[in-house]
Amino acid sequence: MQNLKQMSNQDKVGLAGGHRACAGCGFPQIIKMIYGQSQAPVVTTCATGCMEIATTIYPFTAWRGNFIHSAFENSAATISGIETAYKALKKQGRLPAEQEMNFVAIGGDGGTYDIGLQALSGAMERQHNILYICYNNEAYMNTGVQRSSATPQGGHTTTSPAGKVVPGKIQFPKDLTAIIAAHDVVYAGQASVGFHIDLMRKADQAFGMVGPKFMNVYTPCRLGWGSDPAQTLEIARLAVETCLWPLYEVAEGRWKLTRKIKEKKPVTEFYKTQNRFRHLLKPENEELVKQIQEEVDRRWHDLLQRCGEGA
Amino acid sequence: MEKAIETMSSPRSAGKAEPRKATLARTGNEAMAEAMRQINPDVCAAYPITPATEIVQIFANFVNDGLVKTEFITVESEHSAMSACIGSASSGARTMTATSSQGLALMYEMLYIAAGYRLPIVMAEVNRALSSPINIHCDHSDTMGGRDSGWIQIFSENAQEAYDNLIQAVRIAEHPDVLLPAWASTDGFIISHGMENFELYPDDAVRQFIGEYKPAFTLLDNRKPFTLGAADLQDFYFEHRRSAYEGMRAAKKVILEIGREFGDKFGTAYGFFEGVHLDDAEVVMVALGSTAGTGRVAVENLRQRGIKAGLLKLRVFRPFPAEELVQALAHVPAIAIMDRSDSFNAQAGPLATEIKAALYDAGQYPKIINYIYGLGGRDIHFRELEQILEQTLKAGKPNDLNSRVVYWGVRE
Ligand SMILES: Cc1ncc(C[n+]2csc(CCOP(=O)(O)OP(=O)(O)O)c2C)c(N)n1
Ligand code: SF4
Ligand SMILES: [Mg+2]
Repeated sequence: MQNLKQMSNQDKVGLAGGHRACAGCGFPQIIKMIYGQSQAPVVTTCATGCMEIATTIYPFTAWRGNFIHSAFENSAATISGIETAYKALKKQGRLPAEQEMNFVAIGGDGGTYDIGLQALSGAMERQHNILYICYNNEAYMNTGVQRSSATPQGGHTTTSPAGKVVPGKIQFPKDLTAIIAAHDVVYAGQASVGFHIDLMRKADQAFGMVGPKFMNVYTPCRLGWGSDPAQTLEIARLAVETCLWPLYEVAEGRWKLTRKIKEKKPVTEFYKTQNRFRHLLKPENEELVKQIQEEVDRRWHDLLQRCGEGA
Repeated sequence: MEKAIETMSSPRSAGKAEPRKATLARTGNEAMAEAMRQINPDVCAAYPITPATEIVQIFANFVNDGLVKTEFITVESEHSAMSACIGSASSGARTMTATSSQGLALMYEMLYIAAGYRLPIVMAEVNRALSSPINIHCDHSDTMGGRDSGWIQIFSENAQEAYDNLIQAVRIAEHPDVLLPAWASTDGFIISHGMENFELYPDDAVRQFIGEYKPAFTLLDNRKPFTLGAADLQDFYFEHRRSAYEGMRAAKKVILEIGREFGDKFGTAYGFFEGVHLDDAEVVMVALGSTAGTGRVAVENLRQRGIKAGLLKLRVFRPFPAEELVQALAHVPAIAIMDRSDSFNAQAGPLATEIKAALYDAGQYPKIINYIYGLGGRDIHFRELEQILEQTLKAGKPNDLNSRVVYWGVRE
């Protein structure tokens, strides 16, 4: 693994400065941490979304390597075509024999959990040698903060508003990492921008494996979450410490918890840091918060079992 | 332009050198699959749909029997098929797909993107009606739905043309002045499943004709990294879209050059369209695809009865050969335009809309009746086409919607 010190000496990795992501946005760091682990040049596809818009407004681009965006729901399908073209041309001797490349597809939670799930499932099932990265900011930020199936229960978005009758999003987020792990991929991992070493280690491991790899990386959005941009990393860590976003991986079928939580913090600790949960802290939503806490506890317990941690 | 006319009025003229050919009995789907085998693309991403499924199946056999070098991506949808094609073509691989109807409709979003990125993807398309209601038979609603997507569109009258057109489509699409995706289409079941005599050209002759693919750019070359598909706003988007128009304009010249070269090599030259008894015609039917074959019989029958009927079979719909078409129709007083799809603009079918616009620009105002026919595979008999031609000849100049657009054979 390239450590932080080594990475600080790398120029030409991932994104160049000057892109248009908001101050305090988590995703530029994700790219830096992950791309720093690649031993070979990376070809990137990115779904439509905040990252693609913030990094590529013509005639500028922040991408140091070859990059293509084509649509919202097809990052995984597009990378399938690129990786296959590489295979075809390599086989025919039309690429230098020594040339190595990594193929990375990126999508937001909307582009991955929702509209792009079919293409992702297809690409994983076909066993392309790719790494798919979902940068999960728990809503459709690019279009103005609408709910996705990754939005937490009770979360306020513009399509799951905290109203007088319905207090934000009704459903618990779907467990996409487990869904992808069920595709028998070589690697599926859940990471967070708040834990750099864990994130980098996972990327390093994924790049070292042949076959379909998936990383679901948690990243706060100060705009959509109503949070302090200076607190991005603390908030990302709080999600892990409350067990709302456990860090684990499934490598070659083996489930492993990569960050143990000795003292689980209550979900309200996390809620306090963001406007999207403000309504949940009111007395009338006490019961709802209790239910959410129970569900978080139950899922955490299940995960520990799966990872052979007992509890 | 002169040359264009010369080619178009004798598109099936004998060429010079004819390489050894094999005469076989083949369906349209088999013929297109054979073309794909000979084209031998680097990558193919496709998904089955009636009536194009066979193309994909036959090609999968070619792949698994080692008859082609192609990497075949068995995608989980047509949207992903076209997305994968875009990824592959952006990576410098010669890339093909096949689809029909709902499959093409599901690709719709990506069709525009393929053209916008100027990727010479080639598609074997089989024309089929669009839902709803669901129907698996021929009409042209599917490809007409993609007519403004920036793809080159070529219709085929029979299996031979489907094969010939698909081969030429590769050259047209990849031409440096064009660089646009292209499909060659057949009529569902009528051609796709109809067995016909068909001449297969030798593999090496086809491969030589197509030549090596030299991509304009590739994502697999990291010496000079680039970004494709950046967000493009008010200041540049217009220019980028306009560049596809330049490619389409250039395609007109290229299509004729390649059609002529094809004739020299394989014996059948191709143009934008083909005329039958156009020279002295008093009434002409304009048709696409298999109906042109039926129209040939109708026209000959009418000629025997002393009626000066003619046929114009349009082969290339995109780019639309407006100038050449109006020239070919300049002396024709009555025209029956056959549309096997409806545009639901409550004015005319897509083919009639285009031809009328072209005639207006040329200052020509013949009598035109637009026949919308054959939706969902409803058969059209040569006797009906005779009737249509006679009726068009006799009718007064239409003066309202009902006389301008006739829904032929529909039960009211
Ligand atoms: C087919 C299609 N539907 C809808 C959109 C509009 N759209 C663009 S980005 C986006 C949301 C992106 O959300 P996410 O994937 O979570 O990325 P984020 O913006 O949050 O980073 C939507 C709805 C689109 N571009 N294409
Ligand atoms: S809106 Fe959110 S996701 Fe988008 S750039 Fe800003 S902080 Fe990042
Ligand atoms: Mg999002």
